[in-house]
Amino acid sequence: MYTQGLDALGDESLHLPEEELAELEAHFQAKIDADEKIEPKDWMPAAYRMTLIRQISQHAHSEIVGMLPEGNWISRAPSLKRKCVIIAKVQDEGGHGAYLYSAAETLGISREQMIEQLLTGQAKYSSIFNYPTPSWADIGAIGWLVDGAAIMNQIPLCRCSYGPYARAMVRICKEESFHQRQGFEIMIRLCEGSTAQKRMAQEALDRWWWPSLMMFGPDDANSKHTGQSMRWKIKRFTNDELRQKFVDVTVPQAEFLGLEVPDDALVWNEETEHYNFGPIDWDEFQRVLAGHGPCNQERIRARIDAHESGAWVREAALANAAKQSKNL
Amino acid sequence: MSRASVVPVSVDFAQTERFRYVLRLADTSLILGQRLSEWVGHAPALEEDLGVANISLDLIGQARMLLSYAGEIEAAGRDEDQLAYLRDQNDFCNLALVEQPNGDFGCTIVRQVLIDVWQLELLSWFDASTDQRLREIAAKAVKETRYHLRYSSGWLVRLGDGTEESHTRVQTSLNDLWKFTTELFTPDEIDRLAENAGVAPNLNVLRGSWLHRIDEILNEATLTRPDDVPYVWFGKRGEHTEYLGHLLSDMQYLQRAYPGVTW
Repeated sequence: MYTQGLDALGDESLHLPEEELAELEAHFQAKIDADEKIEPKDWMPAAYRMTLIRQISQHAHSEIVGMLPEGNWISRAPSLKRKCVIIAKVQDEGGHGAYLYSAAETLGISREQMIEQLLTGQAKYSSIFNYPTPSWADIGAIGWLVDGAAIMNQIPLCRCSYGPYARAMVRICKEESFHQRQGFEIMIRLCEGSTAQKRMAQEALDRWWWPSLMMFGPDDANSKHTGQSMRWKIKRFTNDELRQKFVDVTVPQAEFLGLEVPDDALVWNEETEHYNFGPIDWDEFQRVLAGHGPCNQERIRARIDAHESGAWVREAALANAAKQSKNL
Repeated sequence: MSRASVVPVSVDFAQTERFRYVLRLADTSLILGQRLSEWVGHAPALEEDLGVANISLDLIGQARMLLSYAGEIEAAGRDEDQLAYLRDQNDFCNLALVEQPNGDFGCTIVRQVLIDVWQLELLSWFDASTDQRLREIAAKAVKETRYHLRYSSGWLVRLGDGTEESHTRVQTSLNDLWKFTTELFTPDEIDRLAENAGVAPNLNVLRGSWLHRIDEILNEATLTRPDDVPYVWFGKRGEHTEYLGHLLSDMQYLQRAYPGVTW
């Protein structure tokens, strides 16, 4: 999928003698094993570079597409304070997108190429953002659950072996944890409120619970990238480990809110000291990934519209910059 | 809610006028902030999503300070949210310019330049206002507004002096929006009383410095200032274009649909 980007890098290691390549790889792995950071100018295996481009650009795209479901409630936020908070939050997501694109660019792909891949469907983004936000409570649930799950996934990335990604994640995680608290606070307010508000909150939990569990990716037996990513220290925990951690942390929060987690099989297991939970509908996960979620078309259409209707603006900016530099 | 409810009979004349005057400033910032926020997630480039969100946040922040102040002057127990969410269209007294739809990015930029220069001139003048709270609010807001104008005028120059298409687009938007600028400098009774009390500037004087700065920006952007037109919109008196009602029905939806609850 990213061969085009790789060709542009002129990766000469592809043509190195086998022994030399083996030596470079051994040195690279030794650095990782010693918990040293890999920096943009360091030698790295093509597959490591490709994995990072895939992962970081997907992450950036998720931030950008993730602006849309929450943006749906900016104009209707129920108080001026909430309006400011949600605008600032969506703005933060845009900011995360911007520095993740920059981190990916250090690997030799341009932002334009990545956006092209998003708009043509070549690149993926987190499938959670293909779910709709029909009520204000969804804004609370996204902060509480989706950002909560994102934090579980992302905190280990602050120790990722690739320097620029790890450093970007430190800042992102700080902001995400703030978002998570804001979302939970919206849920508290709703759950303390009227019957209609409580119903709103419960319905939002019903909508977002299972998609949030799917955010951790396929179960370990079916995760094709996990093994290699862990050896390269791009990934530190398996999907199932992180998912379990999320359930263990979140269920007591739902209880605190007085909401019911929509899973009949959910039960505390004294022996393992974890919650047991019911089977995830992986067919749904695959359907949404394949483009058949509730809002896939709308999300990509919105990004394409913004890109196309902004083309004349970007062209004008370039034309003006060219005139300015000519005048210098 | 009738318009009469905005002007309670229990407050004296000066308070009523001051309340209305502050509300005009508050509503202008609020409605413009609301309009700009429609761009977030849909702007021509990621940096513009962030820039427009910043300006929107500043404006809503200014509106919150001004609405709270208006509520205190009125002394009828209404807070920023009651004033923002529970008044009807005719009770809003923002300038008609700011309720105009965003249009394309160039149209948004033209509207922003026209209002940024107005706000900058006004907020700078408030440094000499007899109203202490306005002085304090303006001291913070003027710094933000300087940034807003740097952003909007920068874009107007890029678009005006960019490509043929961008030039035509922003010139057309300027021609369309120019008629709303008449209201900015057409004083009514409240403006005159505010001026006499040393609360607000003389609008004719303000117009001179506004026009000077606008001409400088238009010149750099290779745009032509349209002729003035006689028609005067009086958004500040509650006489709005058709667009405000839709904006409010969207903005006020939850507060109206679920009255009396906390969010």
